[in-house]
Amino acid sequence: MHWTEYLVPLGQGAWVTVQLTFWSTIFGAILSFAAGIGKLSGFAAIRWLSVSYIEIFRGTSLLVQLFWLYFALPIVGEMAGIDLRFSPVIVGILALSLNIGAYGAEVVRGSIQAVTRAQYEAARALNFTPRQTLFRIALPQAIPEMMPPFDNLAIQNLKDTALVSLITLGDLAFRAEQLRNFTQDSTTIFSLVLIMYFGMALVLTAMMRVLARMVGRWRQTGR
Amino acid sequence: MTDPIIKFDAVGKRFGSVTVLDGLDFEVAEGEKVTIIGPSGSGKSTILRILMTLESISDGVVYVGGEPLWHERKGGNFVPASESHLREMRRLLGMVFQSFNLFPHMTVLRNLTEAPVRVLGLSRAEARERGLELLDMVGLADQAKKFPHQLSGGQQQRVAIARALAMRPKIMLFDEPTSALDPELVGEVQAVIRQLAEEHDLTMLLVTHEMRFAREISDRVCFIDGGRIREEGAPEEFFTNPKEERTRDFLHAILADN
Repeated sequence: MHWTEYLVPLGQGAWVTVQLTFWSTIFGAILSFAAGIGKLSGFAAIRWLSVSYIEIFRGTSLLVQLFWLYFALPIVGEMAGIDLRFSPVIVGILALSLNIGAYGAEVVRGSIQAVTRAQYEAARALNFTPRQTLFRIALPQAIPEMMPPFDNLAIQNLKDTALVSLITLGDLAFRAEQLRNFTQDSTTIFSLVLIMYFGMALVLTAMMRVLARMVGRWRQTGR
Repeated sequence: MTDPIIKFDAVGKRFGSVTVLDGLDFEVAEGEKVTIIGPSGSGKSTILRILMTLESISDGVVYVGGEPLWHERKGGNFVPASESHLREMRRLLGMVFQSFNLFPHMTVLRNLTEAPVRVLGLSRAEARERGLELLDMVGLADQAKKFPHQLSGGQQQRVAIARALAMRPKIMLFDEPTSALDPELVGEVQAVIRQLAEEHDLTMLLVTHEMRFAREISDRVCFIDGGRIREEGAPEEFFTNPKEERTRDFLHAILADN
């Protein structure tokens, strides 16, 4: 096989990787905000729930989470009489989102807490409610601070998608392994895969940079 | 004589083992302009922060407009204030901070309209009109669309004064409003505060180290040290003929500095 012929199956795999990355980054971001804000909640139950989620998913390996959700969860469901069998795509997105969300939650929490006390005091003096203070004063200042660590997490997430090949999902890493088994042409295939992941990471960073500029527009106006 | 609009009745404030206010008795009449001076750590900013509900009290009762601030009446007793009581009381007060504390992600005008719209329920148009009037009053009508970081410190503080006024408080608290400013910018901020003092019936409470300014705008000057008022009086009398030894020492030290 000529190396250009690899591009079709690898391209198909790359498309799966792109979709996995896209959806798990979106859901991961939602989880990040929910758990990050939840950890700062005045309600002990919400705080406890957020901390448990964050610690469990940061403290266990993504690979084990994937295997657990794919192989163990259906059996647990069966015992409970509920159908918890999901397709590899759903399990992949679920595991990646939960994992990246746990890391992202700490970024969200840290950035909110980094908003100066003076800002919270000004908000209190103007009689904003705690909710208004969070959404109108704290978050708009915290979100631009979150963008560089979020960029890191998004790229981490892109690379982590390779693990879903182990639950038979046909992503880029899975296609590469298939081709290699078939042709034994390891050098060419893995070189191509390396370049493709790198290309996707570059695009992702560029997108995050645009996003960062959008949420931090007020900081860039000149004097 | 009418009831004081602010009354501290034997108020104590402790941070851990440090006593900041020690059985403080203090009253301010409606419309009165009072300056609080004293050495750093004497508790003068704490008085303002307690009034703005940024700091709670350890003992005693604080009254604002005749109502207990940090307590609620229940039956015949005082119980600690709920958040809704504090919210209600806060409407009477506005505060200007040493470091301005403008919201950096909002334009100047938005800084002035956000709380009136969200908290007081004004329409955008009303809030905008009032905001522009206030900006005009502090001489910054042409800066409405800028962001705080594009302004000088003096301009930012003038915006902060306008922002507090936009909530129509009856009492304005100024916590060292010119201490963070470069010397050449102090005058413009003082001019705005002076104008407020002269033209409005606001009750004003000012903490400052600017003795000349205190003398100009105050009806009364209070010297606080060790968490209590040590001496108070009309500014002329207070500055020319202080009675207490430690007031004289303090004035001597601070005036020698200027």
